Amino acid sequence: MEQGRRRTLRIATAASVLLPLAGCGGVLDPKGPIGSANLQILYGSLAIMLAIVVPTLIGAVVIAWWFRASNPKARYLPNFVFSGQIEMIVWSIPIMVIILLGGVIWIGAHQLDPYQPLASSAKPTEVQVVSLDWKWLFIYPEQGIASVNEAVVPAGKPVHFSLTSASVMNAFFVPQLGSMIYTMNGMQTQLYLQADKPGDYDGRSTMFSGDGFAGMNFTLRAVSDSDFANWVNSTKQNGPSLDRAGYETLERQSENVRPFTYREIDPALFHAIIMQLVPPGPGPSDGSAPAVRSTSEK
Amino acid sequence: MLGKLTWAAIPFDQPIPLLAGAIVFAALLAVIVWIIVKGHLPYLWNEWITSVDHKRIGVMYVLLALVMLVRGFIDAIMMRSQQAFAFHSQGYLPAEHFDQIFSAHGTIMIFFAAMPLVIGMMNFAVPLQLGVRDVAFPTLNSTSFWLTATGALLVNLSLVIGEFAKTGWLPYPPLSELTYSPGVGVDYYIWALQISGVGTLLTGVNFVTTILKIRAPGMGYLRMPVFCWTALASSLLIVAAFPVLTATLAMVALDRYLGFHFFTDTGGGNMMMFMNLIWAWGHPEVYILVLPAFGVFSEVISTFSGKPLFGYRSMVIATMAICIVSFTVWLHHFFTMGAGGDVNAVFGISTSIIAVPTGVKMYNWIFTMYGGRVRYATPMLWSVGFIVTFIIGGMTGVLLAVPPADFMLHNSLFLVAHFHNVIIGGVLFAGFAGLTYWFPKAFGFRLDETWGKRAFWFSISGFYIVFIPLYVVGLMGMTRRMQHYDVAEWRPWILIAAFGIIVMFCGMVCQITQLVVSIRMRHELRDETGDAWDGRSLEWSTSSPPPAFNYAVLPDVRGEEPYWQIKGRAIETQQLPDEPDYRAIEMPRNSPVGFITAVFCTFTGFALIWHIWWLVIVGLVAAYVTFVVFAWRNVEEFEIPAAEVAAIDRERRLARQAWLDARAQVSEPA
Amino acid sequence: MSTTILGLPPAGIDPYRVGRMGGGRSEPPRRHETGPAPKRIVVGYGFWIFLLSDIVMFSTFFAAHAVLRGAFAGGPTGRDLFNIPNVAVETALLLASSFACGLAAVAMETRNMLWTQVMLLLTGLLGLGFLLIEVNEFATLVAHGAGPDRSGFLSSFFALVGCHGLHVTAGLLWLGTMMAQIFVKGFAPRVYRRMLCFNLFWHALDIIWVAIFTFVYLYGVAA
Repeated sequence: MEQGRRRTLRIATAASVLLPLAGCGGVLDPKGPIGSANLQILYGSLAIMLAIVVPTLIGAVVIAWWFRASNPKARYLPNFVFSGQIEMIVWSIPIMVIILLGGVIWIGAHQLDPYQPLASSAKPTEVQVVSLDWKWLFIYPEQGIASVNEAVVPAGKPVHFSLTSASVMNAFFVPQLGSMIYTMNGMQTQLYLQADKPGDYDGRSTMFSGDGFAGMNFTLRAVSDSDFANWVNSTKQNGPSLDRAGYETLERQSENVRPFTYREIDPALFHAIIMQLVPPGPGPSDGSAPAVRSTSEK
Repeated sequence: MLGKLTWAAIPFDQPIPLLAGAIVFAALLAVIVWIIVKGHLPYLWNEWITSVDHKRIGVMYVLLALVMLVRGFIDAIMMRSQQAFAFHSQGYLPAEHFDQIFSAHGTIMIFFAAMPLVIGMMNFAVPLQLGVRDVAFPTLNSTSFWLTATGALLVNLSLVIGEFAKTGWLPYPPLSELTYSPGVGVDYYIWALQISGVGTLLTGVNFVTTILKIRAPGMGYLRMPVFCWTALASSLLIVAAFPVLTATLAMVALDRYLGFHFFTDTGGGNMMMFMNLIWAWGHPEVYILVLPAFGVFSEVISTFSGKPLFGYRSMVIATMAICIVSFTVWLHHFFTMGAGGDVNAVFGISTSIIAVPTGVKMYNWIFTMYGGRVRYATPMLWSVGFIVTFIIGGMTGVLLAVPPADFMLHNSLFLVAHFHNVIIGGVLFAGFAGLTYWFPKAFGFRLDETWGKRAFWFSISGFYIVFIPLYVVGLMGMTRRMQHYDVAEWRPWILIAAFGIIVMFCGMVCQITQLVVSIRMRHELRDETGDAWDGRSLEWSTSSPPPAFNYAVLPDVRGEEPYWQIKGRAIETQQLPDEPDYRAIEMPRNSPVGFITAVFCTFTGFALIWHIWWLVIVGLVAAYVTFVVFAWRNVEEFEIPAAEVAAIDRERRLARQAWLDARAQVSEPA
Repeated sequence: MSTTILGLPPAGIDPYRVGRMGGGRSEPPRRHETGPAPKRIVVGYGFWIFLLSDIVMFSTFFAAHAVLRGAFAGGPTGRDLFNIPNVAVETALLLASSFACGLAAVAMETRNMLWTQVMLLLTGLLGLGFLLIEVNEFATLVAHGAGPDRSGFLSSFFALVGCHGLHVTAGLLWLGTMMAQIFVKGFAPRVYRRMLCFNLFWHALDIIWVAIFTFVYLYGVAA
């Protein structure tokens, strides 16, 4: 109980440093369990370190100022050059901090491993993510539909993302929901996230991937279960079909792509991308010239 | 005949790089013409370009670093201003240009500003502090420098001929592979770094040998100044880490040139291997830079506190601990790859362990000031600024070592702010501290204090105004390397950061002014005795600037802080030690081999970039011939006659005696 | 913190009288503290350090090969490609070359020009033989469509073995220069030191080759 209160206190101290920014969105304003847990670890680690960093900073400045040559009151101790006790203390303080922090790291790295499924009674929604030059493809294998640059998921339920890349590396990140993860060609990474409440959450790539990188944004729309069912149904009604040929068109480089959806998909497509059965993104279409700067308007 | 090189390579349609290139080119041309017209060329050739004197090479390294620092800073200004404009718009830099700028900024700052700055200080100070006449391999040292200069030249050449890499300062594949980067940018990057990397590696070999095998009589390991220890640790890291960089970049080059499949999407390549290899070099590289910086601060803080360094042995242990642990942390650069809890936890913990010896160093510096008489000359200001700044940067670094925190902050501007916090606050501040500290030793006159302090205050406040906002926008989810953005909440912070860089710019102007003012006032600022700061280590026992042979007689070291003892004894007895028995001194002869090799390496590098194969062969053969001709020479050394040595040293003794007498007169009435 | 920790000295102490712990006590130089080492030691030492860095570079290529040894991309494996008897001959040539190099060093110790040159020539010829077999092996592989662009496995193989081959080539160039130098200048101290370094270099290449033979060829066939 006592420990819990102290812990709350510590976290409150750390939070007070950053809290003024919390309204500004981003990772300080989490909207899901992963984001909150990450943030709690961030605050906790910060608190542990601030406990030692703040006194050190103050001590450094005070000592540096007090012992200025022009201060007649400061005592000159030119042979104060070694003290076993002080050495003992200055080695043990950082060691103890790091032992404490090491515990946080060990527990945090395991509990919040992106591959760790979320504790929830609901079955996770499966979403397959492919990063392309320079847009995001979201495939819904259970629903048989796909979308580009906009993912719609049910709120309050875990989402299981399986991710890969069609060409270069990217990183999938929705700041308000928490952890990011790389997408790499020929490999599959995984990530479990959950949005607690309906809302539109900004997502983007955080791994520089070329000229169109800055426009590689998407929206993650968390909606109620019924809205999700409606969205799936309406998506199935229209839009193009994502077959191999359609995918190879999509793979070509394009920037700032408006969101759009596919009414049906090739169910083996994601697997084929991971197994490198479809060719990787072609890169700039023209040999040595800079990438063609086309903006898809579909 | 000219490979891929055509007129199209020169960006006539892009006014900014063309204009910048034209200005640089015109300035260079003007300098060269001025040198030739004024008849300075023979002096420059004989005394600097072909010099194998470690002090001169050190000065040239620092000069190169400062020029490149300005170049990299201009890139930084462009990046900050682009982001200030590029809210809901494209700003003034198109993506393919912006991408080159941040890539060039990182590459130049790390490889051609920070590295030469650190290596330059090592070159200048280490042999002096060890009480010897030169490094182990003086001609090799000159070659190292010129190879580094070659790399810098190639990077800057990309401004006007072709393009630079658009892949960031580390060319992560597959983006850097031929499929996604078909231009010559990545090739410029590869060959500039391969050539300068060889130079750096040779420096490492040279300094490990020097520090372990060439020290003054009695200069045991535990009597070496801490700067020498950090230089040793840094050189060991260079020897162990740079070959990894060379091999990794060779693999990228093989992928790009000969269709190998090391890191490609196809053919079984593995891009994750690149990340592991490059950071197996990259993280030690951070400590290659920052350890000598710690050494500089140790020297400066001890000297200006009027006290020996507190906990010397602890400092040595901490330095070597960092040296070793730095090889076990590389994976923290990609926690977000999905390696699993165990791997991430182990590397997170090993990363935070580095904070222990670093923390110990901090406390020892603070206790060095405790009980001191701290004189706030410019070098000391930089040092106190460093302590404060580095503690903050270290803390955010450990925060990023916590995997769940890194899952949210990786590749964000928080990360960018963190490493600028430690590199500017650590390496760059050390560079400025070391520059003002050793400048009188190198040139015989001090730098102007007023302008130095102005430079300090502008730089440090500008630094915080730039990077605190970047920490904040990082927490708000802003990613690095964004050419434009449309999140309104980020805008005010980005504007503050842009204002901060103006303040930093004022700092840079003050630095330049300081240099100009000091040169004009050099007679008033002259350092007569050679002991400009009431120093403690051996370099202050010789004259400023030191003679080519550094010491007429190698000092006989009888304890820690040998010069402090010599000085104490001289004051006690009111006289200098007896005049030694002067002997003739053999010094290595100057040699153009480093410069000529580097010229041919420039050709080879340029030819490789543009696929001009005949020139590659010509360059390689010519470099080999240079090498053989050098190996063939019969006389490697020249002799400075005893009489000349005696004359030079007696002048030094006169100045010292005058100082002793003056000191006695001041203290007697008291 | 007690006063003993701070060791408070009387006020106004002359700073020049105090030093580090031990009060700046003087000691006669200990062993190994007798000033700069002789040039032969410095040169040999520096070259050792360089060799260590070279070995680090090779270990990077070894690591890459270890990662990519299964990346056949549908192409041929080591079992399909490697001709072990051929590689054994290569190994024998290189080891014999190292032995000859050692004999050259012995001959140089006795200042025997003829035997030094003969042994160096033998070193070079054996090294050249090694290199020719290697080039032939590479050419055969490429001709059979098993070049370095076929798969990650072959990329790492060609890079690692090729890097060693480049070192041998550089060594042969060095050897030729060395022989000419000994012929013209005799056994001057400088030439002697260079021979020392060349010996170190040549033996280091041997050690690396043994590792290649074991981990690339033998394991490659066994896997």
